[in-house]
Amino acid sequence: MIELTVNDKTVSVGAAEITPLLDVLRNELDLKGSRYGCGLEQCGSCMVLVDGEPVFACSREVGTVAGRHVTTIEGLGGTHPLQLAFLEEQAGQCAYCLSGIIMSAKALLDRNPSPTRDDIVTALDRHLCRCGAHPRIIRAVAKAAETLRQERARA
Amino acid sequence: MSDTLPLSIQNNRRMEKWLRFQPDRTLRLAVGKVELGQGNVTALAQIAAEELDVDLSRISVLSGDTQDAPDEGQTTSSQSIEVSGRSVRLVTAEFRARVLDRLAQRLNCSPDDITVEDGAFHHGDTPTGHDYWSFATDDDFARDIEGNAATKPPSSYRIVGQPIPRRDLPGKVSGAGFIHDMVRPDMLHARILRQPCRGAVLASLNEAAIRRAGGGEFRIVRVGNFVAFVGADETVVQRAAAAAPPHATWDNVPRMTPDMQDAAWLVGKPSSDRVLYDESAPPAGTVVEASYSRPYVAHASMAPSCALAEFRNGRLEVWSHTQGVYPLRASLANVLGLPAEAIVVHHAHGAGCYGHNGADDVAVDAAVIAREIPDQCIRVQWRREEEFGFEPLGTAMHVTARAVLDEAGKPRDWTTEVWSATHVQRPSSGGNMLTHEALPTPPPDPRPTDPPEAAGGGGTRNGLPLYDFPAKRIVHHLVLKPPTRTSALRGLGALTNVFALECFIDELAERAGTDPVAYRLSLLSDPRARRLIENVAARCGWASRGPAGTGRGIGLAWARYKNKAAYAAVAVEVEVEQEVRVKRAWCAADAGLVINPDGARNQLDGGIVQAISMTLKEQMLLDADGRASLDWEHYPILKFSEVPEIETEIVHAPDLPTLGMGECTFGPTAAAIGNAVAHALGTRIRDMPLTRERIAAALLA
Repeated sequence: MIELTVNDKTVSVGAAEITPLLDVLRNELDLKGSRYGCGLEQCGSCMVLVDGEPVFACSREVGTVAGRHVTTIEGLGGTHPLQLAFLEEQAGQCAYCLSGIIMSAKALLDRNPSPTRDDIVTALDRHLCRCGAHPRIIRAVAKAAETLRQERARA
Repeated sequence: MSDTLPLSIQNNRRMEKWLRFQPDRTLRLAVGKVELGQGNVTALAQIAAEELDVDLSRISVLSGDTQDAPDEGQTTSSQSIEVSGRSVRLVTAEFRARVLDRLAQRLNCSPDDITVEDGAFHHGDTPTGHDYWSFATDDDFARDIEGNAATKPPSSYRIVGQPIPRRDLPGKVSGAGFIHDMVRPDMLHARILRQPCRGAVLASLNEAAIRRAGGGEFRIVRVGNFVAFVGADETVVQRAAAAAPPHATWDNVPRMTPDMQDAAWLVGKPSSDRVLYDESAPPAGTVVEASYSRPYVAHASMAPSCALAEFRNGRLEVWSHTQGVYPLRASLANVLGLPAEAIVVHHAHGAGCYGHNGADDVAVDAAVIAREIPDQCIRVQWRREEEFGFEPLGTAMHVTARAVLDEAGKPRDWTTEVWSATHVQRPSSGGNMLTHEALPTPPPDPRPTDPPEAAGGGGTRNGLPLYDFPAKRIVHHLVLKPPTRTSALRGLGALTNVFALECFIDELAERAGTDPVAYRLSLLSDPRARRLIENVAARCGWASRGPAGTGRGIGLAWARYKNKAAYAAVAVEVEVEQEVRVKRAWCAADAGLVINPDGARNQLDGGIVQAISMTLKEQMLLDADGRASLDWEHYPILKFSEVPEIETEIVHAPDLPTLGMGECTFGPTAAAIGNAVAHALGTRIRDMPLTRERIAAALLA
């Protein structure tokens, strides 16, 4: 068994060490929000955070994340400022790419509370969106950053 | 009356097919158009809420279901709001009228004296104690729809025209909502070893090697030349499928040559030829012409296609992200030899498809396997290389624009000559399902057809300029045997035809020594088109765009999609060094009555981004073995760092009928880029994509 922490819960998984983390999340832990897009680290649909850093789950072997903290879109709880900002901006069309994009955006905002447009673009440049929702997505991330800054200022 | 009814109602006359008022004071609207990421289902709910005066929150929408929803064919061609929306409006207006007429009789008043507030009926200011739920009778639902009830005047709209948030998005930003996530009892995962092409015969399959590669339990299902790996562990079947191709040998696979990947290959190949509109021969005079092209391009959906199927007691149940559940049911019936009544197809959300991708094919894969392994749910997930390798592509096109000019340098005769493979090859229009071709009794060869001009045409879509030329025609060569399978991709022929027409207009303007915007306006009487061109020209700083050849350029183009749907004008600013970068884009669109302006804007802008991607970057390469661009590295699309700022303005025309607008910015964007690059370079590139190599070649020429 491999032990890891997923969305703040410790779990033991029975998959072989070489099993892609994405398969373990989706099929063993029933966390379907991380998506299969290419299996080649080329599209970002599968992006999760491992110890806070964006990682392509499609090609990452689960054995390599033993003992580490994995965060998926489900770990954001549905009302994270990023998720709310994406809804306010209606930042998506088909939305298949959004789970991964939101996770990369979270990693960005965790380390840089006041990102410029260029910072956002750089953080998301490994992600593909085929519908062309990019301008809205960039706006949504900027809006979430502002919300988080206000929350911090109030705290 | 029925002649003027929308097709959606003609084919689904019973009220109960559309509306169901449920005991919990909710209303279920059933529609045949499906959510593909365009937001159409939210807009349709808005229309129903508006006509019925029922709060939007009470309306649920069932979309795409052969058991319970009306048959509205395919969700294509920007028809969801134009056609289905009109149908929903007529259906709900009629239902309201039926119920209110009876209530008025009972109250001995005029129906006009009754108002509806969130589904409850008031006589003047007095509640009647009745509402849709209490007062509607079985007869209201059972009777056929006449389609002649008065609908609300747009000036009274409170819900239509509002930027209502998408209904499906909250789930999708929280990690839910897609067919790919469905889990059914007794579900098995499957992957496919695809027949490389129609007619290919599986000569050998090293099953032992594939089993070793899979490294776990799974079945190998073989039916003719169809091979699937099926098991409880998705990782295992995925490994098996990834490893399988080198362990299979195929006979009867023709080799390709590299020139087949270019649009120019199509010219002169056997074709079905037509002359449309003005059939007379062009007059003699000063003839100028130029040729433009696009290569084969992929839909390149973010999610490889997926489907689930269960076969129990002779009945088949399928979940699919198809664009049309009823047409898919017909295909399944045909392939499997089952009566349509024994098949149910439910729509489930997939990633954006932008046309006919692998959605239907994967559903047939799942159904064929389900019949071999009954009483379990079969989930088939295509692999990335499978989607790129086997989805029908948007066909390459070669378009020559030819004008006979008058003394002022304006066309007095115009010909658009188009060489193209088919733009729509679904089973309903002569095509085959991939899986069917691998089965022991494959269907006949596909029969190339193209949509009729009344439906907007395929290769001819937007090929006829809307300028006031005295004579204009299209010569259409429908090339019969393209080197690779092609079918509907956003805009069909519009992208290439608008690119050709609107780039050639710039070339003619230059030749006449006239400003391209002024040249356009001098040839164009349609006031809606003129208004958009003037709007965009003013906003992009056209008047001060400066000389050509500086490396920076501004270009502009417009079209009315299908020559009958929404209008769009687009201007772009580009910088050209080694590559083209679109820095800014301006858009003005007129789609008549817009149901949901935010959803519309999302479609307009998305079309611009996708068109930039196709114009600058995209091409499916072919090599001796077939398609060679099988991943995102070899089929690059526009990245975040390459997307410009876009300023879109919807020019509202609420009293005019809704015009389909999901594809209207596509062609104008491509042409605006073509014109902007010509302005930047001082020389023109006429073949998409406008790559680094083509820029270098153009500058050396």
